[in-house]
Amino acid sequence: MPDDDVLLHVEHVSKTFGEIHACDDVSFDLWPGEVLGIVGESGSGKTTLLKCLAGREEPDSGLISYTNRRGEASDIFAMSEPERRMLARTDWGFVHQNPRDGLRLDITAGGNIGERLMMVGARHYGNIREEAETWMNRVELEFGRIDSPPRTFSGGMQQRLQIARNLVSGPRLVFMDEPTGGLDVSVQARLLDLLRELVRELQVAVVIVTHDLAVARLLSDRLMVMRRGAVVESGLTDQVLDDPQHEYSQLLVSSILQV
Amino acid sequence: MASKTETQTMIEVSGLSKAFVLHTQGSTRISVFEGLSMEVGAGECMALDGPSGAGKSTLMRILYANYRIDRGRIKVRHKGEMVDLASSAPRMVLEVRRRTLGYVSQFLRVIPRVATLDVVSEPLRALGVEEAEAHDRARTMLARVNVPERLWGLAPATFSGGEQQRVNVARGFVAELPILLLDEPTASLDAINRQCVMGLIDEAKTRGAAVVGIFHDHEVRDAVADSVFDMRETLAASGEAA
Repeated sequence: MPDDDVLLHVEHVSKTFGEIHACDDVSFDLWPGEVLGIVGESGSGKTTLLKCLAGREEPDSGLISYTNRRGEASDIFAMSEPERRMLARTDWGFVHQNPRDGLRLDITAGGNIGERLMMVGARHYGNIREEAETWMNRVELEFGRIDSPPRTFSGGMQQRLQIARNLVSGPRLVFMDEPTGGLDVSVQARLLDLLRELVRELQVAVVIVTHDLAVARLLSDRLMVMRRGAVVESGLTDQVLDDPQHEYSQLLVSSILQV
Repeated sequence: MASKTETQTMIEVSGLSKAFVLHTQGSTRISVFEGLSMEVGAGECMALDGPSGAGKSTLMRILYANYRIDRGRIKVRHKGEMVDLASSAPRMVLEVRRRTLGYVSQFLRVIPRVATLDVVSEPLRALGVEEAEAHDRARTMLARVNVPERLWGLAPATFSGGEQQRVNVARGFVAELPILLLDEPTASLDAINRQCVMGLIDEAKTRGAAVVGIFHDHEVRDAVADSVFDMRETLAASGEAA
């Protein structure tokens, strides 16, 4: 049984695609406000794990249990599809690597933010508009672009809009899949700083998948290192990066080029 | 003077063993400590002494739970209780670092775009201090370590080594934590700023903080240290054990 105050409890989760072990017996607990980084090479299973955690991919075996605002823990795959979808709207966020997967490109930026609010029950147009304006500002998007569709935005702006859309409804848990992945380095730095601030300010729990160890160091409290679907090492982020124990973690850390 | 028995123990290391196994280099095993023990009391400053390679920085990192250990206990007094960092969950370690354990390294880990004032006030914000008060205290501390005011709004990435070091010192001392780990806090500072850091260490001791430091500068060490932990002995002991 999970601890009382655990937000997400993951127990022996496995998922195979044919012969490939995408996730192999993964277990961990996540507490409110905690940022967990999952690192590993492409193909290590980290994105598949993230999709399982977010209820988007059903594992072959194992338990993923989420504790809601009322303190009730439940197996997310024992829920009905509408229940799970409701959870994804009210309590969770999902930031895709490619912002086009997480935005509606043809409705306005303000609409993208407002839609998420309407999903959790906001009805008053003035309030929604005001909140959208606040969030444009918070993610450093020019206020004048609120009525433009994100199709006309740069990649960095789209990503910031996707973050605003996810955070506006006050989620308790946000999943992020390589959120800085496709961006230029200078744009990345700005986005990272923004994420760091927002995550701390809002006290939201985050599971972030990245192959970039610098991103992991900057954002996460804890790290899990994955290889071939299995977690080979986990611990405090600076411990794992400064004193890696497993052969594979040592290889990852020693492979970074010093600038 | 308080007698030895009345002084509250703040750090208690026992039976510490640590080896590095370098998997990417033929699984070479380097033993650093074998059964090391030490104790530091409230208001005491202990200097780690020994030649380069004796494990001074490694021990500091172990005390901060940045490095893991193979055996032993790393106990620190946190909210009145002795907590073993070696066996604590990550979020407990983070909580101990936030409230109890400060670390000033030789180098500042610069975060892009974050202004000096925010870098220094961050430890206070993490303790829940309001932004205005945190900024006030950060300003006082920055002025104290002679970081020019025109730099406070800038990210320290482009600062000189000495300026970065002083930002680091300010960040380390601003929250007045009960335990301070100082790895060469005066390394790239001039005489005036060295004096300033020595003053900060003295004040920390006076309010009852336990300090462990590496000071290559003997003048600084002799002025602030109450005791010296000779790392040559631990090295010799490891040699015998190996």
